[in-house]
Amino acid sequence: MSKTTGTKGVSRRTLLKGTAGLAGLAAGSGAITGFPYVKSADAKVLRYLGTAVNEGDDISRQCLKDTGIKIEYITATTDDVTKRVMTQPNSFDVLDTEYFSLKKIVPSGNILALDARKIKEFDNITPVFTKGETPGGKKIGGQGTAPWKVLYLEGKDSKKFATSATEFVTLIPTVYNADTLGIRPDLIKRPISTWAELLNPEFKGKASILNIPSIGIMDAAMVVEATGKYKYADKGNMTKEEIDLTMKVMTEAKKAGQFRAFWKDFNESVNLMASGETVIQSMWSPAVTKVRSMGIPCTFQPLKEGYRSWASGFCVSKGVSGAKLEWAYEFVNWFLSGYAGAYLNRQGYYSAVLSTAKAHMEPYEWAYWMEGKPAEKDIKAPDGSLLEKAGAVRDGGSYEDRMGGVACWNAVMDENDYMVRKWNEFIAA
Amino acid sequence: MDTSENILQQASPDLVRGSDTARAAKAARWSPSFISWLQAGPMMLVFLAFFLIPLVFVVIVSFWDYNEYQLLPAFSGRGYTDTFEGCIAQLPDLCTIGRTYVMTLKLCFMVWAITLFIGFWVAYFLAFHVKSKTWQMGLSLLCTIPFWTSNVIRMIAWIPLLGRNGLVNSGLIKTGLINHPIEWLLFSEFSVVLALVHLFTFFMVVPIFNSMIRIDKSLIEAAYDAGATGFQTLVNVIIPLAKPGIVIGSIFVITIVMGDFITIGVMGGQQIAAAGKIIETRVNALQFPAAAANAVILLIITFLIITMMSRIVDIKKEL
Repeated sequence: MSKTTGTKGVSRRTLLKGTAGLAGLAAGSGAITGFPYVKSADAKVLRYLGTAVNEGDDISRQCLKDTGIKIEYITATTDDVTKRVMTQPNSFDVLDTEYFSLKKIVPSGNILALDARKIKEFDNITPVFTKGETPGGKKIGGQGTAPWKVLYLEGKDSKKFATSATEFVTLIPTVYNADTLGIRPDLIKRPISTWAELLNPEFKGKASILNIPSIGIMDAAMVVEATGKYKYADKGNMTKEEIDLTMKVMTEAKKAGQFRAFWKDFNESVNLMASGETVIQSMWSPAVTKVRSMGIPCTFQPLKEGYRSWASGFCVSKGVSGAKLEWAYEFVNWFLSGYAGAYLNRQGYYSAVLSTAKAHMEPYEWAYWMEGKPAEKDIKAPDGSLLEKAGAVRDGGSYEDRMGGVACWNAVMDENDYMVRKWNEFIAA
Repeated sequence: MDTSENILQQASPDLVRGSDTARAAKAARWSPSFISWLQAGPMMLVFLAFFLIPLVFVVIVSFWDYNEYQLLPAFSGRGYTDTFEGCIAQLPDLCTIGRTYVMTLKLCFMVWAITLFIGFWVAYFLAFHVKSKTWQMGLSLLCTIPFWTSNVIRMIAWIPLLGRNGLVNSGLIKTGLINHPIEWLLFSEFSVVLALVHLFTFFMVVPIFNSMIRIDKSLIEAAYDAGATGFQTLVNVIIPLAKPGIVIGSIFVITIVMGDFITIGVMGGQQIAAAGKIIETRVNALQFPAAAANAVILLIITFLIITMMSRIVDIKKEL
């Protein structure tokens, strides 16, 4: 035996050698990602797929206490959440996702619309979602995938969005916000009031945008409109010519070295801003707060062209039925009953049902976060850490001012495929 | 007793011969090549199930069509034609895929050359200058330090070092060597190459060290006795004998860098094109057939490079 081992190993070795090269390629691509292990249900357990925005140990703990439902989080990036809904619809029960991905998810038939009549607070959901206006009556910009365009389906199993209200709701609204540019006022040292500043050569090598093509291009479109170069019919649904035009502007800026780096992750955006690598970039409200809580000045700058907004909500996987579906309704109803809404409001997001969230917040907190008034006391994060000292005013002011100033919504374009190809061209330029 | 012993003696050669033939017959049934296949079997099955079969699926899917939300299992060359869009129309300018591969190959070549240079000398030091086995082991383990932290942490750690207000820039400004921070230290080709070299030199060190340690020391002594200088010994004895290690290390580094998009993405500020990044962007947009087509193209190109390298050195023979 021992004599024979080495002699005829050539064929084996050739095969191993060939495949080893390929395996190295696969390993190098970093594509090998693990999904968290998900335990099958015994008690009232719901597998909750979503991005980190709505998730929190405090929320799941409180939910277990109030309803006996155990939430198992499956956390992924926005893109990965969509990917998972398409490819593994049975790997989750409750889905927490953004309205703009509905254009992909709904036609796939992998989700179940929820019945509005079973949602206790449905009639109290902010008119931002249902009518496209603020509670104060301000009309909200509807470019892109605005939630009210994709909120209802024509029927229970329909794959078509209804133009008027039905009881079949694609996503029960939970959280949303108005995004704008974050800036470092200490390094810029002058007022910033327009999106055009993002591509101002003054900030060469110190600007950044999101590395999500569909959102990055909308930020660029805000800049193009702000400079007066072009006015889009719908920034969230460009024609091929409009995509070419926008990408040309972006490419010129990239070649001139305008961008320091593109970010994709919450912490990346915080790092770039806190380290001074960038002084102006598209950002999320809690990221700005995080930079500020590190003692570094950072402003979530309101701009005259308005905000780019996003919103997310709940639906369930098509595989959910029976008792599990009832738990899902119970969970969604609990989520809208105030605790979670107050938790999200305290992070700088907005909750879908304002009245219940208000009941769970201190009056001074409500005044600071929602009414744009100076803080009477120190403002603390849900975990108790200090966010703002007494006297501070929220950037952009009140809910009415911020949500009323929304110009467009995160979107998936009809020409998405073309846009992605152009994005790759932009990166290679 | 005598007779029985005699009988036994007489019989034993037959018995022995008998067991010989039985063993020979058994060995014939378990032919050497069969045993080799048996030994390689488990690994082959793993490769088959988790690598070759998925690869076949990738190739199949690359010829499918797709829409916004699903794969359409009908033959379509769209993934490929879209990828090579404008490659003829834009001549003499390079199209997207052309530029991307020029950049990827450029990064790959730089990383390969630097890791080879560093890796060779580290291995040389370990093999010829460190005498004790314990020290050799200990020092090679030191080379694995970059792998002790997660990929993301490792890359984020470069910002405080190379950033605009990082250690290097503030140090240089304090010593008065520069007035303004050097911008190209981070989010540039430089930082990408630096991070990749930092990560992957280890893959060069190990195989080269492995080849060098097996060089018969008497060959080096013979070269010395024959009057060869150190340089002549290096060029005519050590390098030729270390060739298999060099080629294996090169294959490791080249395949990893060709497919990388995470390090290039983070260190390049997501602004540097890479073959892997095109695939990532496509996958994130749920355009799986287009991503698969790009993966097949990457695979072919990488395979060509490796084939070329194994033409230069016949690893099979050298091992």
